[in-house]
Amino acid sequence: MKGLTPESVINLTPNVWTEPFWAAAAEHRLVVPRCTSCGTHRMPPTPFCWRCRHQDVEWEEHDGRGTLYSFTVVRHAVIPDVRDALPLIAGIVELPNTEGCRLVGNIVDCEPEAVRIGLGVTTDWYDVREGETVPVFRLA
Amino acid sequence: MSPSNSTGELTMKDKTAIAGVGSTPYYKRGESMPQMPMELAAKALLAACDDAGLTIDDIDGLALYSMGFDTSLFAQWLNIPELRFTALLSGGGGGAAGSVGLAAAAIVSGQATCVASIMTLQQAASRFGASFAPRGKPGAVYSAPPSPEGNFIQPSGLMGPGQMFAVLAQRHMYQYGTQREHFAEVAISTRANAIRRNTSLMKEPLTLDQYFDARMISEPLCLFDFCLECDGAVAVITVSAARAKDLKQKPVYVAASANGGAGRWGQAITWMGMPDEYFASSGHRTVAQRAYEMAGITAADVDVALLYDHFTPMVIMQLEDYGFCPIGEGGRFVADGNIRWPSGSIPVNTHGGNLSEAYIIGMTHVKEAVEQIRGTAVNQVEGAEVALATGGPASIPVSNLILHS
Ligand SMILES: [Zn+2]
Repeated sequence: MKGLTPESVINLTPNVWTEPFWAAAAEHRLVVPRCTSCGTHRMPPTPFCWRCRHQDVEWEEHDGRGTLYSFTVVRHAVIPDVRDALPLIAGIVELPNTEGCRLVGNIVDCEPEAVRIGLGVTTDWYDVREGETVPVFRLA
Repeated sequence: MSPSNSTGELTMKDKTAIAGVGSTPYYKRGESMPQMPMELAAKALLAACDDAGLTIDDIDGLALYSMGFDTSLFAQWLNIPELRFTALLSGGGGGAAGSVGLAAAAIVSGQATCVASIMTLQQAASRFGASFAPRGKPGAVYSAPPSPEGNFIQPSGLMGPGQMFAVLAQRHMYQYGTQREHFAEVAISTRANAIRRNTSLMKEPLTLDQYFDARMISEPLCLFDFCLECDGAVAVITVSAARAKDLKQKPVYVAASANGGAGRWGQAITWMGMPDEYFASSGHRTVAQRAYEMAGITAADVDVALLYDHFTPMVIMQLEDYGFCPIGEGGRFVADGNIRWPSGSIPVNTHGGNLSEAYIIGMTHVKEAVEQIRGTAVNQVEGAEVALATGGPASIPVSNLILHS
């Protein structure tokens, strides 16, 4: 894959609420937590439903098809670790049917000039190291 | 997004005034060494006391923001006779203008009588440009250790505020047709104000060609869309309105101040989950309404706006959120010359802002607001009676301050 954030600056530190997301990611599955009381999805996973303040969630599988909500093309390295990886495209992806849940990740294997807000994307997986996988996106 | 629970009769409107302002020189990043950051804070406070006709013996409160500093050591150094109020607004640069509101709150509630709001900054060891960079290779120390929430952002490569606000700017362009030329106008007009002042770090005019020739940092933002990285300190002293009348300077009354924001603006650029309705905004809509209500004014009454300008598009979004133009029209509003001093309908950042005078996390904006109301500003807005200063766009709280003569 081209356009990945260097592994040296990625370090997953899950808590009890986010761990199921990352466990599924390691299996290349996208799951989104959904409130068992009112049905509202929430991302990132948090201890409370923002709509009804209920805590329990069920983990719903998502096919990872979404829409590019916004993005930036990073051209300047603010820390040395990323210098050789530039340009990086950081995309904000909205997942349909989730009340506006968004994921943030690299848009990979594409030219910066091709990226436009509103384009469809699919989710792919970047295996950073054993047990640590993060979502990335491809233009559909 | 705007709760209607009114504060009723309980208001601090016009009960306090800013009596003194002071600063150190402003330095490029790291050049204030070997002075210590808190030494700079003390120098700024001494200058503010001098400006007000007060001494350290009068100071009995400290109202800080953006993590503040060690108030115990500070009071010990300067032998402040009795501290009666110390408080820190939560969050970061969003609290700049609000720290004066905090000072006013302390005075109106009778907890203290003479409260200093101070920002000191020294970016030698750490740079704000990498505020949200995780720890990288062993031994490398950056600014934001990985967190469960950060895990959902950092892997994208977003690790500096400018990169993150670029995402909001991109969305604003998409939704409203805002152009890079509009961002350029903010940078160029602010520079034009700065070069007339000897306090400014940027001393040369900026042209449109230079703007477009500059290197891209994080699209759509180029070098000149970013503010400076500086060292320095600014202090502001607030007292009761009655006391201010007996002091050296013309009182500058605190008509209103608000800090906070919508919960789902929240961490803003470090979560990117803000509702679509105000994703491409400054996060200021609630505090803008609150301050205008408290002051009993509208945008039309504001004579000069000192808008926190860490990144040019965020000035445009604040112009919208403060009602100087309709939502989405900010780009065209600046392109029409509206923020130019002295000719525009609402001169903005007459001091040269964070972009071109100095970045002291927004306190230079408060200082300029005071000077405008006193009528002593270098780039004076003729007859200015009402000034607005803001802190943030940032995670909540964001804040503001309305001053009048
Ligand atoms: Zn719920």
